[in-house]
Amino acid sequence: MEYDAVIGMEVHVELSTASKVFCSCSTQFNAPANTNVCPVCLGMPGVLPVMNRKAVEYSVAAGLALNCTISRWSKMDRKNYFYPDLAKNYQISQYDLPLCHGGWIDIRVGGVTKRIGITRAHLEEDTARNTHTLSGGVSGIDFNRSGVALLEIVTEPDISSADEAFAYLTELKRILQYLEVSDCNMEEGSLRAEANVSLRPRGSAGFGTKTEVKNVASFSGVHKAIDYEIARQRQILDSGGTVVQETRGWDADRGITVSQRTKESAHDYRYFPEPDLVPLAVDEAWEARIRASLPELPQARWRRFQEAYGLSPYDAEVLTASRAMADYFEATVAAGAGAKPAANWIMGDLQALLVKNGLPVEECKVASGELAAMIRLIDDGTISGKIAKDILLEMFDTGQSPTSIVEAKGLIQISDESELERIVAEVVAGNPGPVEDFRNGKEKALGFLVGQAMKASRGKANPKMINEMLLKALEN
Amino acid sequence: MSREWYKLTAHALREAVRNGETTAVEATQSYLDRIKAVDGKVQAYIDVWETHALQQAEKVDARLKRGEDAGPLAGVPIGVKDVFCTKQGTTTCCSKILKGYRSPFDATVVEKLEAAGGIFLGKLNMDEFAMGSSTENSAVQITHNPWNLECVPGGSSGGSAAAIAANECAIALGSDTGGSIRQPAACCGCVGLKPTYGRVSRYGLVAFASSLDQVGPFTKDMRDMALTLNVLCGQDPRDSTSSTIPVPDFTRALRDDVSNITIGLPREYYTDALGGDVRVRVEAAIEVLRGLGAKVVEVSLPHTDYAIAVYYIICTAEASANLARFDGVRYGYRSPNANDVREMYVNSKTEMFGPEVQRRIMLGTYVLSSGYYDAYYLKAQKVRTLIRQDFQRAFEQCDVILTPTSPTPAFKLGEKTADPLEMYLSDIYTISVNLASIPGMSMPCGLTDSGLPVGLQVLGKPFDEETVLRVGYTYEQHRDFEMGAPEIG
Repeated sequence: MEYDAVIGMEVHVELSTASKVFCSCSTQFNAPANTNVCPVCLGMPGVLPVMNRKAVEYSVAAGLALNCTISRWSKMDRKNYFYPDLAKNYQISQYDLPLCHGGWIDIRVGGVTKRIGITRAHLEEDTARNTHTLSGGVSGIDFNRSGVALLEIVTEPDISSADEAFAYLTELKRILQYLEVSDCNMEEGSLRAEANVSLRPRGSAGFGTKTEVKNVASFSGVHKAIDYEIARQRQILDSGGTVVQETRGWDADRGITVSQRTKESAHDYRYFPEPDLVPLAVDEAWEARIRASLPELPQARWRRFQEAYGLSPYDAEVLTASRAMADYFEATVAAGAGAKPAANWIMGDLQALLVKNGLPVEECKVASGELAAMIRLIDDGTISGKIAKDILLEMFDTGQSPTSIVEAKGLIQISDESELERIVAEVVAGNPGPVEDFRNGKEKALGFLVGQAMKASRGKANPKMINEMLLKALEN
Repeated sequence: MSREWYKLTAHALREAVRNGETTAVEATQSYLDRIKAVDGKVQAYIDVWETHALQQAEKVDARLKRGEDAGPLAGVPIGVKDVFCTKQGTTTCCSKILKGYRSPFDATVVEKLEAAGGIFLGKLNMDEFAMGSSTENSAVQITHNPWNLECVPGGSSGGSAAAIAANECAIALGSDTGGSIRQPAACCGCVGLKPTYGRVSRYGLVAFASSLDQVGPFTKDMRDMALTLNVLCGQDPRDSTSSTIPVPDFTRALRDDVSNITIGLPREYYTDALGGDVRVRVEAAIEVLRGLGAKVVEVSLPHTDYAIAVYYIICTAEASANLARFDGVRYGYRSPNANDVREMYVNSKTEMFGPEVQRRIMLGTYVLSSGYYDAYYLKAQKVRTLIRQDFQRAFEQCDVILTPTSPTPAFKLGEKTADPLEMYLSDIYTISVNLASIPGMSMPCGLTDSGLPVGLQVLGKPFDEETVLRVGYTYEQHRDFEMGAPEIG
């Protein structure tokens, strides 16, 4: 039988507030274990939580960017369960009245735009981190993460494939990074994704039994895990079996999902309103202030880049992949570079250097103004495009300005006619064969001769002038 | 000349220290000596901080000597219920599960009292995790009522009330979730006030039921109460539920005048079931106030019958979550009889929580469980709103409501321990007050024929502790009996 996959995503992102959601401890990642802790995030007797206003603002900003309605009145709830990483043995979360609800984002898969509904986005606290030794039978708990603000974002079951799930995660991450409310770093655990996957006969409207896939460490892992889970469920259904509602963990090494917890052993979380916190009231004025502070979002910027700079949809997509990259591009253009060459240099040589060195554009030593200066040197004929590649490498390594590199290394392009005429004459005289070929109609030979001239000038010759002068010389 | 400074009220002692009649050290020593003399019989203290108290007193004396303002309670010895976090000594809530636990911080109210020049004498006994009405649920010891050592001091703040009654401290700190300040104050014949929910910070008060818990003092008289409230009340950035409503100078409310006061008497409280000396003494007190010009009207609190049921759903639900953290992972007792984490949880709790605490955790877990939540917890929250509205309507007709604090005087030790429901009923007049979040005070209104104190409860509108103090002060000036002091032994 043919099936449709029905997929909903639950994503937890750590908000990048400086302090935790209910106390003033730092949220710095990778601090020595149990150093960013206090009685509140350790759940010691007598402590009370106090809401971090920034965490609410970041959540509202995310909700607005996800086209959600912001609740005028919401509340925090206690989610009760016992686990050593949970300091109070309840997590302060939101149950029936989330801060943000009823939104959507658009994703593009294979050139087609699809709208994914956002059911809700709610604020909660992160747990500590358990570590287990394989040998000693000892478990350690690092409470540095305990109480870091988390936003849980839940979609409608609108996703139909692993590709769409991947696109959703990519777009969600891009939006949250643009907002600067989370760094969405999966390796550091600041973004965690779970997928609810079920199958139903193609074209039918009901829902099949779903499984919840957890423990995925990367977007590509999510893609693989969903593909695996779809195939696994299809096999069960095709052979007349029934899918068990359960939580399944992704085993990246073996490339399979493994049963972790069935519905029968599911927790009864005994939610009830958190009496230690007052209800969250976000009035229209506060929401409006947050809305006014939102940056231009990736989709809007993508469209503007095409309209304002005449970029192709693909180029605009690459350049708006991150807010920093888009900012860099716009700063380069603002500093006097043409949009097209700026796009080509950034997406080409610069991007290759960044990837090779594993650097984000924010840490690039080539200031956008210097890149613009380099492009201007090409435009005004001071240097050739070929030389520019070497200069950019030097800029990337040293952070020096292109003019100082050009001056220090004598790389200024030769545009002096008498000097170029001397080189052209030498090349014509020294390569009678190709000259003969060209004159006999082999136009390709011109390229070889230009190359020889460039070589003779150690790359400094103005290639446009060389080209013209060679043609003139060969006509004679 | 050495005097019995421990017999003085806090305000009299403060004046004596301030004008040089005595010193903070001498006053503190007087109380420490008193504790040594009588606490073997009363057993109010679970821990006496002799050295620490004298050091604190020396600091206060040094400040006074330098001519500094040492605070409104300079040199006044204070006892602290073991439910408050203190850096000094241990904080155990009189539970075995927290035996030896040392808090890394002081409760906000402890900080405030210390900043006001108060001297801490030590920690006072209580029912384990403030659950109980007789202090018999303490895992540490039994406290005896100073008026009759065979009787309970009430609870859960029984140690605090007994310490005041026995002159073992000038002010005692307590907490009140369903009557835990007022009922023991009534049993021991002292003044005990539970302020409006949100008046006093709960930071550092080990939580029993967060939406009901409130901090309050025990004092020897009304002026001490006003002075202490001045120190304790006010918004605390560490407690989001603490109120920003401005705090008045409560001593200005101590006016001997009830001429324009209307007293409400709830019909549902003065039924035939209320009898004996308690009814006689409370009605006599009402007559005193009526004689001073107060108007007395009958009011109705129609949802009174549901209060105990609602209370035991809400408080146990909140307690089941609040006490979940005592799991042996980070602090407190960890059972050595465990092979895995689940056994560690179950055994640590089973071995160390007392039966009343276990009962309430189980009740609370049950009422929050899937399938029962709507019938119990949600319903109880709705009825709580009705109870709150009862008081709102009643206070449209009166300024204060007067009731007995407790239907009976202090009962005998061991008398009700076998029947938890009977024990719960001793809080029948106090529980609604927490549900309605309003202020309530108990003050003595006489002794029974057998010489046990009777408590008069004065209830006020939200954040109107001033009128409660004013009515209490006026009654105190004109009361028709000699309270005297208990003979201990």
